[in-house]
Amino acid sequence: MTIPVEALMRKKETFDRGEDRRALLDPRAELLKLEEQGEIVVQKIQGDVVTAPTKFGLEKRIQKGHLWHHKSCGQCGHIPGYSTSIFWIMRKLGYDYHDPKDQTSCTAWNYYASATSNSAAQAAVAVRNFAAAAETGYFPLIHCGTSYGHYKEVREELIHHPQLRAEVRDVMSKLGKELVFPEELVHYSEWLYAMRDEIAALQIRDVSAVKVTVHPACHYYKLVEGDAIFDPDVYGGQRTAVVTGLAQRLGADVRDYSTWFDCCGFGFRHILVQRDFTRSFATQRKIEVMKEEADPDVVLTHDTGCVTTLDKSQFAAKAHDRNVGVAVMSEAQFAALAMGAHPYKVCQLHWHSADYRPMLEKMGIDWELAWAEFQEALKKLDSGEKRFLDWDDVDE
Amino acid sequence: MTETATSHYKRPDVAGYAEVPYAEKERLFSEVKEDMRFSDYLYGCYECGICVAACPSARFYDFSPRRIAQAAAREDVELIYQQMQEDIWECSQCFSCLRCPRGNNPGGIITIMREVAINNGLASAKQAMEGYSRIIYKIMSTGTQVSPDMLQADAFPDWGPETADVSANLDLWRRALPSETMHTTNTGWDVADKTLVELYLIWFHTGALDMIEEIDQGLHAILQEVMEECLEDEGIEL
Ligand code: SF4
Ligand code: SF4
Repeated sequence: MTIPVEALMRKKETFDRGEDRRALLDPRAELLKLEEQGEIVVQKIQGDVVTAPTKFGLEKRIQKGHLWHHKSCGQCGHIPGYSTSIFWIMRKLGYDYHDPKDQTSCTAWNYYASATSNSAAQAAVAVRNFAAAAETGYFPLIHCGTSYGHYKEVREELIHHPQLRAEVRDVMSKLGKELVFPEELVHYSEWLYAMRDEIAALQIRDVSAVKVTVHPACHYYKLVEGDAIFDPDVYGGQRTAVVTGLAQRLGADVRDYSTWFDCCGFGFRHILVQRDFTRSFATQRKIEVMKEEADPDVVLTHDTGCVTTLDKSQFAAKAHDRNVGVAVMSEAQFAALAMGAHPYKVCQLHWHSADYRPMLEKMGIDWELAWAEFQEALKKLDSGEKRFLDWDDVDE
Repeated sequence: MTETATSHYKRPDVAGYAEVPYAEKERLFSEVKEDMRFSDYLYGCYECGICVAACPSARFYDFSPRRIAQAAAREDVELIYQQMQEDIWECSQCFSCLRCPRGNNPGGIITIMREVAINNGLASAKQAMEGYSRIIYKIMSTGTQVSPDMLQADAFPDWGPETADVSANLDLWRRALPSETMHTTNTGWDVADKTLVELYLIWFHTGALDMIEEIDQGLHAILQEVMEECLEDEGIEL
């Protein structure tokens, strides 16, 4: 049997254009309506907020302090200086936060890699985390781009599918929880963007000599694209403003390159079990293009998978004499360095693979001295004087 | 069925996966269509190829999100079956194809097709899970997907000598982190026991755990035992 003509004819009648996803109703208003109907509980934004424009004109409200850090397993596990830099900046700016143990991964990395889950399980994992946040009174701030993108999808599904809401409510009741969702979904890079003036006010290192390229993370701005920050002052509003807006505010030499829209090649399953694809894509479509067109000292990005992919893919490519060799880090680490953070004790750059030392030198950082200081700090642990380093130790 | 009618699909002897009756292919596609997300992900297809231009996997594999959207729109169950046995695991799930001017989500259709492939224990799903099961074990049993102790030189030889440095200094470097929740080596952060119990209940009650049984019975048995023991300790009966 080939393509059934009846199927095509049937399609003609049944394909409904439906509502354009670009003109979606404001999801926050939809959540509040569902709350009024007694279906869900919405955790509200409190205290000081900054507003930022999103792609199709809705204003996003970003709570400044009292935040619940929804951590990223890839950041905490493999790029720990990513997470510590976010915490460190928040502490320096004087905002209180909660770093919960009552948090699981969003599990979306696994879902996009293996599909060994389903809509109800994914929504329940999200809602369990949000209910845990609401119990503390702190408002969620999501570290991972994939968690953020996935949770935006979950929000769409919960809004549009009553049967999913019913299923999730049922599972939550077995956990003694309600179906809780926060009023806004906020990614940490949006918080950094919103705080860029306050961050710049505490900047102590000149980064004007540092050439920067930006890789915008797919799951941040391609999934549910209407809820990503676009600012007319950055790229004329044609590209997401987070990361770039902060780097420009810090005075870095931000440069453009032609394959900015391309993904990094992470692939979720590919980075773990099919890395030939990941390495090839990251090298040929991102790093080499940037090198040729912009010659950056560092690639800044805002998601777990992108930092991992762009950083780790360069070693093997170098062995093949490819045109690679650019430092890779999150804009959180970059901003922390600009604010005076220690490259090893706070930003944990020894967990990175691509050489970041030339970039540190351009910021005026003596990395050899910094490494010696880190080794000195480790002696406190080796000698048994302390079991763990703490926030005071890392600013010594 | 004539040779001409099937000539643009792979012949069973070269396909590398089992041929099944047409009715079975129809049944698999009906599972895809029944997913509540399907009607939000497909509105027909202009066949314009914009999604292909944006797609990283299309650059490196014989893979095309346009073909996925077309096959689904035409309800071409033969091609859809072939895609479920071959193409879907090549997608990077980056969702660059959301650029589609028709409002389609080819990557999302693939997510659904993958779920159906897993639920039905298709050969492609089993093959895709080879070498991946330890990750499923990690995420479902500990609540974090990747852990610091996975960074070992023999697991990531292409990531450079820094991986070996991390592995050699793992415990010390984790204790040097100023964040109180991040001193762990076998999970991304310290997940509370109560939280894990709640996660296990989610896997049980949503059927996510059952999905593993179709593709890896050994892994399923281990996960089930770990979770049941934990829930029993908490006095929770399923
Ligand atoms: S989600 Fe899959 S099909 Fe879509 S652009 Fe990415 S790799 Fe291609
Ligand atoms: S971009 Fe959309 S309409 Fe164009 S080929 Fe791809 S799925 Fe079809």
